[in-house]
Amino acid sequence: MKEVMVRPERCMGCRSCEIACAVEHSESKSLFAAVGESPSPRKRIYIEYIPEHAASVPVTCRHCEDAPCTTVCPTGALSREEISRKVVHSPELCIGCWTCSMVCNYGVIGRQKEARVAVKCDLCPGREVPACVEACPTNALVYAEVKDFSGIKRAEAALKLARGMKPGSAL
Amino acid sequence: MKPKAYERSIDPATRAMLLKAEKEGIETAWDRYEKQLPQCSFGQLGVCCRNCNMGPCRIDPFGEGADKGVCGATADIIVARNLLRMIAAGAAAHSDHARDAVLTFKKMSGGEAGSYGIKDEAKLFSLAAEYGISAEDRSKEEITAELASALLAEFGKQEGPIQYTRRAPETRLRLWAELGIEPRGIDREIVECMHRTHMGVDNDATHILLHGLRTSLSDGWGGSMIATEVQDVLFGTPEPRKATVNLGVLSEDKVNVIIHGHEPILSEMIVEAAEDPTLLKLAKEKGAKGINVAGICCTGNETLMRHGTPIAGTFLQQELAVITGAVEAMVVDVQCVMPALGSLTGCYHTKFISTSPKADFPGTNRIEFHEEKAYETAKEIVRTAVENFPNRSPEKVSIPDEKQECMVGFSAEAILKALGGTPTPLIDAIAGGSVKGIGAVVGCNNVKVQHNYGHVNLVKELIKNNVLVVTTGCNAIACAEAGLLVPEAASMAGEGLKGVCEALGIPPVLHMGSCVDISRILVLASAIAKALGVDISDLPAAGAAPEWMSEKAVSIGAYVVSSGVYTVLGTVPPVLGSAAVADLLTRGLDGVVGASFAVEPDPFKAASLMLARIEEKRKALGLKA
Repeated sequence: MKEVMVRPERCMGCRSCEIACAVEHSESKSLFAAVGESPSPRKRIYIEYIPEHAASVPVTCRHCEDAPCTTVCPTGALSREEISRKVVHSPELCIGCWTCSMVCNYGVIGRQKEARVAVKCDLCPGREVPACVEACPTNALVYAEVKDFSGIKRAEAALKLARGMKPGSAL
Repeated sequence: MKPKAYERSIDPATRAMLLKAEKEGIETAWDRYEKQLPQCSFGQLGVCCRNCNMGPCRIDPFGEGADKGVCGATADIIVARNLLRMIAAGAAAHSDHARDAVLTFKKMSGGEAGSYGIKDEAKLFSLAAEYGISAEDRSKEEITAELASALLAEFGKQEGPIQYTRRAPETRLRLWAELGIEPRGIDREIVECMHRTHMGVDNDATHILLHGLRTSLSDGWGGSMIATEVQDVLFGTPEPRKATVNLGVLSEDKVNVIIHGHEPILSEMIVEAAEDPTLLKLAKEKGAKGINVAGICCTGNETLMRHGTPIAGTFLQQELAVITGAVEAMVVDVQCVMPALGSLTGCYHTKFISTSPKADFPGTNRIEFHEEKAYETAKEIVRTAVENFPNRSPEKVSIPDEKQECMVGFSAEAILKALGGTPTPLIDAIAGGSVKGIGAVVGCNNVKVQHNYGHVNLVKELIKNNVLVVTTGCNAIACAEAGLLVPEAASMAGEGLKGVCEALGIPPVLHMGSCVDISRILVLASAIAKALGVDISDLPAAGAAPEWMSEKAVSIGAYVVSSGVYTVLGTVPPVLGSAAVADLLTRGLDGVVGASFAVEPDPFKAASLMLARIEEKRKALGLKA
């Protein structure tokens, strides 16, 4: 399955992903209409700022294979979809106990204030590319299979090594 | 699948050149727009503030993150401040253009700008009379000099009033005074916008926006109106005439000189220089059959209105004119000139000639233009174009066939003349219901709207419903391209309007000029209101800017609404990040100035909104539905 992969070195902290996420999960799916909606649409991706590194890092659900949230959820509101392998959430089953939030290693299970239920990334059903990835102006977010993403990383690492082999090479 | 060109424009000539661009691997504004997508949401909502270096700050529109900037500014404050700065920039652009026109007028009066003269003496005297400048026992030169000084003083005035605001109906003037939005001086209001939006000055959204209205009024009834009037004195008040528009006006065998930008000070001289016998002779020597001048944007509208000089296109056609491969020189002054023309002209033989001391671009041949040597400089510019003719590569040339005839030149004076000297016949037609009202449709092109789709469909819908349309700027050019500016277009109008147009021999859509000439619409509206003994806000009239993009359009929208005319915008202004500001603009202003804004991207729905407002005003005046 494709995952939202993060290249934190490219993140400028513009929060475009957060807004796009909230708009995608609004009633109207339009920015100009979504700002007036009640309840306010909720984002499911978070830009975390690390002051000591002056770095912004997008953090979102990793859709873990052995997801602790699905294991601890007492009502089965959080579960894994068999075919897509996505970790999905059914708000109608959610009792708002926040056990999932306690065990999530990434802190990406948020709270829908008005309905008092959990909200998390659903990888934008019906979209080819999740809204956050599409909105990212610097491609800090990439929607790719892990093997492809790792392939790119390997190529980058190999390039660095190759440069080391031939000093001064303009490769 | 249809080619992208079809989604990008409704105009066949534009589509043809977009296809050529694609084939030749040439990038246009539409391609650059695609690379900008998705555009920043904070920017679109207007909730980003860069006014001090504690920022940039922005407000989370969904209420989870920051609800205030570092200084404590809320979304309401930030949105209002940003809007005020847009108005300031727009008013500055129109008014600085006006300043240059007045300075030329002044230099001319002092004998320092020999290339210029007085073309409309009657207007000179009537303007002088408005300033209380006595014509008795005085030479024309003395009157001219005194009028020039009086006009120039409007810019630096501190306590008002700006003289031409006195043209507004008495009730409107009283309202402005009561609201404290009567402009005191053109430059003063713009400077105050910058002061108020500086860190820690004006931080109440309503208070900020009221100053926005005042500043815009200093544009509409100040800068823009002065530009129109002085240009009429210098170059003649437009009268109805025929001309042709669209990219097809470019010539296969003549030297093509495009004049693009906004000020007639330059374009008037280029038009004259293109008829210079020595340059025509040179053109022949270079193998050309003559010299063809064509306009783009409002400098084109200025010469179109006064000389019938053809127009090659609207704002979004500026790159496409170069892409024809047939343009020897793209001559520009100020405003709405894309810097992209630099690299684009580099792909063809076109010389990109910048002329304004205020405006330069990448990749230009710089031939700075000064009034003292206006005609000589214009000749040098045209000569540069002529000498470039042999460099044209025939294999790169493809000029679209489309050129459309149009009838232009409807200054307020010309409209009154067509009506027999008074607005009464028009008022009678409106009262009788054959004409439902007046629609003022203006504004730019914007890549967010299919090129000319908003303009043409909105105007067609209005005339179909018996609304007489007055137009300026790129809307006027778009309508001309669509064949709406010919008397025969009356056949597209409703029965009532059709009858009126046929009786007067006029098109159902009247081209009133450039974007500063929206002041002509104010003068016309005021004349009608005064004849009826009502305020402008009582008239069955509505405005629209279906494809607006520039800050000038924001100032225009603000002064049109402040003057009492309901205005529908076709693209969303960056204000929706503040519910309070959006509500004030779309509802609250009705209770303040008797008019408000609406936003409606669909031209058919926009027309319905305008028609509903016109019907409402008719009803209030006791006119039949």
